[in-house]
Amino acid sequence: MTKAWRLGLFGVAAAVLAGWWAAACVGLPGFGGQVHPYGERAVGASLERHTANVIASVNFDQRAFDTLGEESILFASVLGATMLLRVARDERRQRPLAARVMPSTRLFGAVLLPVTLLTGAYVVAHGQLSPGGGFQGGVVLATGLHLAYIAADYRVLERVRPLTVLDVADAAAAAAFTVLGLVGLVAGASYLSNTLPLGTFGELASGGLVPIINAAVGIEVASGVIVLLARFLDQAVEVGGGPGDGGSRTAGKEDGG
Amino acid sequence: MNNTAATVLVTIALLVTAVAATGAVLAREPARQAAALAVSGLALAFLFAVLQAPDVALSELAVGTAVTPLLILLTVRKVRRGRERDR
Repeated sequence: MTKAWRLGLFGVAAAVLAGWWAAACVGLPGFGGQVHPYGERAVGASLERHTANVIASVNFDQRAFDTLGEESILFASVLGATMLLRVARDERRQRPLAARVMPSTRLFGAVLLPVTLLTGAYVVAHGQLSPGGGFQGGVVLATGLHLAYIAADYRVLERVRPLTVLDVADAAAAAAFTVLGLVGLVAGASYLSNTLPLGTFGELASGGLVPIINAAVGIEVASGVIVLLARFLDQAVEVGGGPGDGGSRTAGKEDGG
Repeated sequence: MNNTAATVLVTIALLVTAVAATGAVLAREPARQAAALAVSGLALAFLFAVLQAPDVALSELAVGTAVTPLLILLTVRKVRRGRERDR
């Protein structure tokens, strides 16, 4: 196929797509209008199930099955990164050196590490009440832990980051989401339907299944992101030799250097 | 917040996001691109917050400004270290 052909084909396809897209946009409700049919129904369903944060209700109750898919994607990507970035036979792992850190940096890390972890735990725990939740809080927990690397060195980070435990926690939490869906089936309703006692509106233990799935997601995301970052950090800090490192002569030249 | 103030804020947020995203596309050097991506994520988080979507803003803040640029920077460091050893 010549270049002119390709351009022509692209032009026709783009023109058709642009036409339909413009026609679809004309039918959209105006930006920031007063009528929100989906929003009103979602808020109604959320209040009915005593969940103060409507987004949490949509994520973990009304559209819980979609979230299950998203969590599985995260789990699969962590699994994939772990597989791809494992230490190959011709690579070797070097112990990272102890590093000197400025006293002010050390103090900064020592003060902020517990504050950040507490913030992360708070965001996870209050997912059904206020903005945030398992995903957001989980990422805060995971990135907050890496203050140990900034304030000290890689050896200290390795000590506060039990990877074997986190690997298991990631898998167990991902499985817990799937298994929690069966609660609905046992109660005689559909998979992932919210059949647990709903509690008092606005309390920490409200929303039935929502805070439990939210907590499972928090554990999965926190441990998953720590494991993911650990694989990348290991490659950048510890692992040397092998085709990915010393032998990438052509690959290194190709992208311009 | 009255309507005009909201419109002004949304317009500013949209413009900042467009500028930051264009900057991220135009940055060709990977390490600089990671920094530009973090700025663009921050702009997006601001936009989401202005549009009253704090949950999405928090996600974007955590993933777009922290985790993704960090993964890119670590990859850049690994590739560079391998290249230096070649010389």
